[in-house]
Amino acid sequence: MTDSTPTAAPDEVVTQALVRLVDLPDGAGRAALVTLDNGHDHTKPNTFGLAGLRSLSDALDRVEAAAAAGEIVAVAVTGKPFVFAVGADLTGVARITSQDQARTVSALGHRVLRRFGELTIPSFAFVNGAAMGGGLEVALHCTYRTVSTGAGLLGLPEVGLGLIPGWGGAYLLPRLVGPATAVKVIVENPLNQNRMLKPAEALGLGVFDVAFEPADFLVQSLRWAASVLSGGTVVARAGLASEDAWDAAVAEGRAFVDAKLHGAAPAPSRALDLIAAARTATRDEGFAAEDDAIAELTMSDELRAGLYSFDLVQRRAKRPVGVPDRSLARPVTKVGVVGAGLMAGQLALLFVQRLEVPVVLTDLDQARVDKGVGYVHAEIDKLQAKGRLSGDRANRLRALVSGSITKDAFADADVVIEAVFEDLKVKQQVFAEVEAVVSDTCVLLTNTSSLSVSAMAENLRHPERVVGFHFFNPVALMPLLEIARAERTDDASLATAFALGKALKKSCVLVQDAPGFVVNRLLTRFLGEVMAAFDEGTPFEVVNTALDPMGLPMSPYVLLQLVGPAVAFHTAETLHQAFPDRFAVSDNQRRMVEAGRTTMLAWDGATPRLADDVAELFEVGDSPSSAEQVRRRALDALAQEARIMLDEGVVAAPQDLDLCMLLGAGWPGHLGGITPYLDRTGTSERVTGGRFLPPGVASVG
Amino acid sequence: MSPTTRAVRDVVLVDAARTPFGKAGATGIYAETRADDLVVAVFRELVRRNPALPLDRIDDVAVAATTQIGDQGLTLGRTAGLLAGFPQSVPGQSVDRMCAGALTAVTNLSSGIGVGAYDVVVAGGVEHMGRHPMGEGIDPNPRIIAERIVDPEALLMGKTAENLHDRFPHLTKARADEYALRSQEKTAKAYADGMIQPDLVPIAVRSAANGWGLATVDEPPRPETTLEGLAALKTPFRPHGRVTAGNAAGLNDGATGAILAAESVATELGLTAKARLVSFAFAGVAPEVMGVGPVPSTEKALARAGLTIDDIGLVEVNEAFAVQVLAFLDHFGIADDDPRVNQFGGAIAVGHPLASSGIRLMAYLARGFESRPDVRYGITTMCIGLGMGGTVIWENPHYDGKDA
Repeated sequence: MTDSTPTAAPDEVVTQALVRLVDLPDGAGRAALVTLDNGHDHTKPNTFGLAGLRSLSDALDRVEAAAAAGEIVAVAVTGKPFVFAVGADLTGVARITSQDQARTVSALGHRVLRRFGELTIPSFAFVNGAAMGGGLEVALHCTYRTVSTGAGLLGLPEVGLGLIPGWGGAYLLPRLVGPATAVKVIVENPLNQNRMLKPAEALGLGVFDVAFEPADFLVQSLRWAASVLSGGTVVARAGLASEDAWDAAVAEGRAFVDAKLHGAAPAPSRALDLIAAARTATRDEGFAAEDDAIAELTMSDELRAGLYSFDLVQRRAKRPVGVPDRSLARPVTKVGVVGAGLMAGQLALLFVQRLEVPVVLTDLDQARVDKGVGYVHAEIDKLQAKGRLSGDRANRLRALVSGSITKDAFADADVVIEAVFEDLKVKQQVFAEVEAVVSDTCVLLTNTSSLSVSAMAENLRHPERVVGFHFFNPVALMPLLEIARAERTDDASLATAFALGKALKKSCVLVQDAPGFVVNRLLTRFLGEVMAAFDEGTPFEVVNTALDPMGLPMSPYVLLQLVGPAVAFHTAETLHQAFPDRFAVSDNQRRMVEAGRTTMLAWDGATPRLADDVAELFEVGDSPSSAEQVRRRALDALAQEARIMLDEGVVAAPQDLDLCMLLGAGWPGHLGGITPYLDRTGTSERVTGGRFLPPGVASVG
Repeated sequence: MSPTTRAVRDVVLVDAARTPFGKAGATGIYAETRADDLVVAVFRELVRRNPALPLDRIDDVAVAATTQIGDQGLTLGRTAGLLAGFPQSVPGQSVDRMCAGALTAVTNLSSGIGVGAYDVVVAGGVEHMGRHPMGEGIDPNPRIIAERIVDPEALLMGKTAENLHDRFPHLTKARADEYALRSQEKTAKAYADGMIQPDLVPIAVRSAANGWGLATVDEPPRPETTLEGLAALKTPFRPHGRVTAGNAAGLNDGATGAILAAESVATELGLTAKARLVSFAFAGVAPEVMGVGPVPSTEKALARAGLTIDDIGLVEVNEAFAVQVLAFLDHFGIADDDPRVNQFGGAIAVGHPLASSGIRLMAYLARGFESRPDVRYGITTMCIGLGMGGTVIWENPHYDGKDA
């Protein structure tokens, strides 16, 4: 085993476990107070690498010795300001090359953390701030837990990354809070956009025994501990749930996971297995089963892709590659929006909320303008009614949004964005009219999803000011913004666009001005192959479930319905014009759009089928494919398109394609966006002759 | 409509509490703790242990600090209220009268209660002399020296204490040391008797190097003090002088807080009364002998109350310097070791975080009142930099009309 024992990374930011003996209030005796502190402020939260675990182990040695000597009556563990601990230091995972190594690390964590639950004296966790993963597991090992009402980020996100709570959490949590809550916290929340628990919710679920306000959290926690030790406070705990309740909760979890992932990622099922076994397993058995699961999952490509995705979203999305220096960006003190339709309204709402500057909408007539402004005001009213905006702030935002039927209102705008009909001539005309009014440096943004930004700019006096600024629907929720540099876009305009995107709190990716940019191009290519398989005669049930093994957020036809058949058709046509060899236009889709059908699907329970009035329009061939063939065809097309896009320089690297798919299409982390999945299924090599990413980047090395 | 007829209302001290006091400096318990956090901890504990007080009934908050910079600035009475979780409707202010800051916060707010402007108030004081050394940021007007408006020695408190020894040669260093030793002994006994601990608010103290700890007791006391040890100490303010670190209060960190109310409102709300305000007075003296300040302020306060020193059963006099206490006692003909004086010890042992100390005296007096129903009146008094004294006379609500 020794040769597989990993050593601490030389650059580990070590979370030290500092021990001080404190006299508890109210004469309750002396306790050892362990502080977890990596020596940095809250922007670098406490994590546990190997050296950190060793420090915690040393601290527990001191605690045990003090307990044995009768010097202390309890031990408590708390964090540095604002942070308890956010789990294992996962930067070391890439260096783990065998299941044995992974098991060793996992077992070391168990050996150290479980001591909090196996001392001769009671242990208390005072969770003063963020506690995720292994951090929360430290608390779960303790006899008692307090939580600060100001603690942000409480949860066990492991399953979302491709792991399981493997330092005792999968065994301890269900036994503490019951199987249904454990399934929610360990499995469902991580798969629902990595939902975290709020302190009050976590308290209500039984994860914590009591909550105190942040101002004197530690003192009140110590007082509470003193009261528990003296018997003044008795903490009641429910016994283990019945076998039936246990089985039912796990079965519900499995149904949730199957519906969501169709077996595409192993971690959720492993977590459910562990929860299922926790009812009757001993501690040793439970922890050993966690070690086994960690060992296997650590050596899975799904986890490596999950960590790669996490890194892209956490780092690359915040520091977009290839962007001009932000010092070139010009301030934005007023925004114009051309068009007052639904998209324009969504944009205006986002701009006014994030920038708090005047936003003017224009349209052809007063009725449309009034409707557009009315939409924004109504949305602000809704936010106010929900308590998300104070009255003063709602007043402020409403007053900032105005409308005009003349573009003269844009005269002092620093940015004007167009959100008019997707037609090049119309957009050229709009920009020409805007340019007649605005200053020479006003940046012109287009929210086009597929037209040429360069073509839109070509007749302007200042084409260098035009930038593609492609949002995703719904604008308020979708995190991605594709920012397209056209042929003549200058650095100052591009820098302004990126600064603006950041101010809008979007994750911005630089793309070149190419049809469909990234997300629409890949999705349209992919859907084109699926629809072609249908048109050729593959049954609907087969094509629509063919991609299930990828665990995508929705099936192809559900996605088409969400996008809207007409919009999807328009995008497909545009891409077909640009790349006729690779982008087909479905005749059936054309028939449907021309017939004005907007509802494509009917539902039998949770299962979609083609709506009858749509099905009757469709004509299909007689050469059906199998699900496997459909999947292979779609993946091959994705690999081909991705390679071409990289060769064309649409983005700088495969990482940008993946980031776009993660944030713009919501494709899951276990796929790594898309290129890691294409690599690990052998698709890349087969179709393009090589991988997108070297082994080890988003896969087991 | 004519305004409501006003009548002067009685003011009671509902409660007083404080942090344990720490030694100022890099190794003190509060070396890495903010001054405002100390105030906030005291305020929260005060309202926690007086649950009958609805927070929206607090009409004002005044916090004293001598150096109102950084964590002791930003109108601390307001910010501390907000940080403590008081409703936004509760206003706040900052107060400064150097060492008598908290005492002045109490008298200012009590005056407001007396005339009916306030019903319930929260007063406090803080000095983190580690983060804010005496004299930080001061900019004395050059006229002070050019025109001899103030003796330059008046700005250094230790020198003013030496000057007091000059003025009263019979107040010898030996008497000062004996007094200081008794302060340590009385403090140790008060701790043993549990008279101090009930009004201490435990404070979570962070050390980046050592982790979180908990301050539950005063750090400055030196119960091991001996006369021989005191005699051997250096006299930093004057070669072969008389004032030493042993017969003076140290440099300290700490905060205090108190709730006061109109007596009628306290009764209405069901709040306790620990002391009833009788009168107060401030007086000025020559800045270079500021330690004698409590003499005229006490004479004034007694005169206004129609009392004499013989009516006073308990005295809490701040021990900035032993000689300054001796000068006060000497003036009123009270023996150096009179049991009425500082029965639980004083600042020489427990510390003197400048602007906070006034309320510490009140907390001690309130504990004294509680255990001495035979005593009707007590005073809290202190000397103040730049030549002042401040005195508050209090009546014991537990007074039972019987002599001891």
